[in-house]
Amino acid sequence: MEKRTLFRGLALPWLLLAPQLAVTLIFFYRPAAQAVKQSFYIEDAFGTTSNFVGFDNYRDLFSQPEYFRAMGTTAFFSVFVGLLSLSIALLLAVQADRNIRGASIYKTLLIWPYAVAPAVAGALWLFMFQPSLGMLAHGLNRMGIHWNPLLNGDDAMILVILAATWKQISYNFLFFLAGLQAIPKSLIGAAAIDAAGPMRRFWTIVFPLLSPTTFFLLIINIVYVFFDTFGIVDAITHGGPAAATTTLVFKVYSDGRLGGDLGGSAAQSVVLMVLVVALTAFQFKFVERKVSY
Amino acid sequence: MASVTLNQVGKVYAGGFNAVKAISFDVPDGSFCVLVGPSGCGKSTLLRMVAGLETTTSGEIRIGGRRANELEPMERDIAFVFQNYALYPQMSVYDNMAYGLRNLKTPKAEIDARVREAAQILDLNDEILSRKPRALSGGQRQRVAMGRAIVRKPAAFLFDEPLSNLDAKLRVHMRVEIRKLQRRLQTTSLYVTHDQLEAMTMADMLVVMNDGRIEQIGAPLEVYNHPKSLFVAGFIGSPSMNFLEGIVVDSGVLQLADGQKLGFDAAKFSTASGQKIVAGVRPEQARLAEEGIDFNRELIEDLGSGRLIHGKVGGSDFTVLEGAVTAPLCQGKLQVAAEALHLFDAASGQRLSA
Amino acid sequence: MVERSPFANIFAHVILIIGVLIMAFPVWLAFVASTNAPDTISNGQMTGIPGGHMIENYYQTLFIGTTSTTRAPVGMMMANSLIMALLIAVGKICISLLSAFAVVYFRFKFRMLAFWLIFMTLMLPVEVRIYPTYKIVADLGLLDTYAGLTLPLIASATGTLLFRQFFMTVPDELLEASKIDGAGPFRFFKDTLVPLSMTSIAALFVIQFIYGWNQYLWPLLITSRDNMQTIVIGIRKMLVTQDALTEWHLAMATAILAMLPPVLVVVAMQKYFVKGLVETEK
Repeated sequence: MEKRTLFRGLALPWLLLAPQLAVTLIFFYRPAAQAVKQSFYIEDAFGTTSNFVGFDNYRDLFSQPEYFRAMGTTAFFSVFVGLLSLSIALLLAVQADRNIRGASIYKTLLIWPYAVAPAVAGALWLFMFQPSLGMLAHGLNRMGIHWNPLLNGDDAMILVILAATWKQISYNFLFFLAGLQAIPKSLIGAAAIDAAGPMRRFWTIVFPLLSPTTFFLLIINIVYVFFDTFGIVDAITHGGPAAATTTLVFKVYSDGRLGGDLGGSAAQSVVLMVLVVALTAFQFKFVERKVSY
Repeated sequence: MASVTLNQVGKVYAGGFNAVKAISFDVPDGSFCVLVGPSGCGKSTLLRMVAGLETTTSGEIRIGGRRANELEPMERDIAFVFQNYALYPQMSVYDNMAYGLRNLKTPKAEIDARVREAAQILDLNDEILSRKPRALSGGQRQRVAMGRAIVRKPAAFLFDEPLSNLDAKLRVHMRVEIRKLQRRLQTTSLYVTHDQLEAMTMADMLVVMNDGRIEQIGAPLEVYNHPKSLFVAGFIGSPSMNFLEGIVVDSGVLQLADGQKLGFDAAKFSTASGQKIVAGVRPEQARLAEEGIDFNRELIEDLGSGRLIHGKVGGSDFTVLEGAVTAPLCQGKLQVAAEALHLFDAASGQRLSA
Repeated sequence: MVERSPFANIFAHVILIIGVLIMAFPVWLAFVASTNAPDTISNGQMTGIPGGHMIENYYQTLFIGTTSTTRAPVGMMMANSLIMALLIAVGKICISLLSAFAVVYFRFKFRMLAFWLIFMTLMLPVEVRIYPTYKIVADLGLLDTYAGLTLPLIASATGTLLFRQFFMTVPDELLEASKIDGAGPFRFFKDTLVPLSMTSIAALFVIQFIYGWNQYLWPLLITSRDNMQTIVIGIRKMLVTQDALTEWHLAMATAILAMLPPVLVVVAMQKYFVKGLVETEK
């Protein structure tokens, strides 16, 4: 973990670090600390007085059904988007890993959606499924399904899930492909000699060897749903209808927008922070172990 | 144009590991000094200390008469040839060689003159000068690494196992080239290797190291013919010296483990009766004959230029090296002339004195 | 895989083609929409083939702007996005190179502390700390400025991590040879380290450019003036809930325009992009 030969210096390294540390301290640690501090206070509507209230804000939060609803929504999204996008991406990656002609073209064609902004992805899917003039919405109506994400909470959820999955497939595909390519071909060859058919080979050898990647992607996907879906939700459903698609991040945003309850908003932020740190630490601990320099 | 002097130089690492223990020796101006020893003996550490790449915990290093301990590498007027060449991959060969001089703000014309001169000495043509390191063969990279050292016209060259990464044939060739080059330039050189053959063939002065200490210093032949310890005796010379354990039973006579007796030159070694010793015999100084001590032949390796006969004396391994033209294999007896024996005290491992 | 059975290969092609089509379909539809007249769309008469209004739609989008929602032409928004993305990418590369250099190649007191301070930021994206960060930016007077847009987004450690990983693979001997050649830290950094880091720099550039271009929540909070809007925000503003008022043809044109630069960057620099992503996440 250390270089053998180093420069010695007192001022210089700090000088080099100064920009990064400055930005980090001002725009990361200070706000984070502020959020934690604020979560323990209540301010009145005009912001003139603030009283220390200990964990009251948190207690409040956890007694709000809307909050649990947002948690549930977020969890639901995570599971669905995660499962869907991971399986589709895995299928595609496995096919792309074969030595077929044009493999690299397929790769390029499947990776570019990563570059699309979540909000834009949301816009695209909204357009397709827009109840009155969306092409696919028409198709659904013709099949007799009443489709209206503007009014129907479930439909709205489906739409968000579709958009989020669509966007996330590229990212997962990329990592799965890299993971597959890291599996030594000799292992596959040995399995073939052991008369294992392709399906069996996949499930007994390839998939277990892919598990670090899968695990890693699982965590990343969860974090993704927590945060990157904000754009999709805000663009398409604005958290509605009737808070059907309000995720935790969206709630922080919209509650803060309405103003007034800085303490509560801060408490929500802190809860989010804790969740993410826990997830990331969890991932670090389990995944880092398998990686060496 | 300078000597290199080490005085009680030592290095202890932060964790407590003592890598170099009070080393002192003097490398005269213009001579080629080889530091040889097994892996981990501290020779590379010592070299890096002379270069300034490692700090010195104790002792003094003088380069060209100047105390160098506190000086940065570039202030010590030395050039270093790395085992992995350490060529800058992003620069052309020319730029690699010119870099050090540029940092010293040497005038451009002079840099060009020196680079081209070095290139000519090392047989690197213009086309190679414009290539990048990754487009060069191992031997070429090695020469560029040397070129980088030459252009600096330093007080001393420091070589850190530069030939280890070359294939066997190239190694032999480059060994000769380096030696010829150094003779021509007359620059004081310190050369580290674990290969005793390189050490023997290249050195004016040999420093054998083990476990952070100096075992012996001397001219190669001196070290070869009069090794001061079991370690040096076993390390220098290939195939390595044969060792037989025994006890002194009489002046000039020792008895081996299986009861057989060998005669040694009592004038060279003073012994006490009953003293446990280890006798060393170089493979080329033993002969198979009709008479002598028992030798149990196990395997013959034909070298083309000679023959290696592996076997056992008593229970100990013993190898005989025969020159090319020999009579068909004689019987299982071994003859060792008394003058050919090296005696070492079994307890201390040191050579017995007269 | 060892088999070469034609059936398996055909299967692979089929799956991949379906995948590509699914990925491309929404974008294709958007493109088609962007080339049609507004009434074609609102009457539900849009087909799968582009209409004939491409030039005028795009012209209007880029230079004139929509009537009701965003008053700024998209061209200006694209410029904002571009500036923002470039500032973030370049800014991040610069400070990360310097801080990774400091952390890897220098021995100094509190080095590990600085290291951890920086690396902990990997854990929390900006969405978690939006309101307090907003307050700080406001207090610094940086609302509606490029500085306010970009600085908080440079705060995380992804760049430093990437460069650190890379620097660890640079052989020690290069630094030693540099020292012997009389190069101090600056020279070593400039002459050797940076040239060798070019691929990593390219990789980081791609990732940060996309990250910056696609930013949504933060610009939403920080900018209110019309001429500071980024194109991603612009789209959102076009999608008002009462769909009758959404000018879909323009919105879709905007979407296409919003996608173009980052997609081009990814495709053109795909190799670096892939390397960068895979390296950062380890």
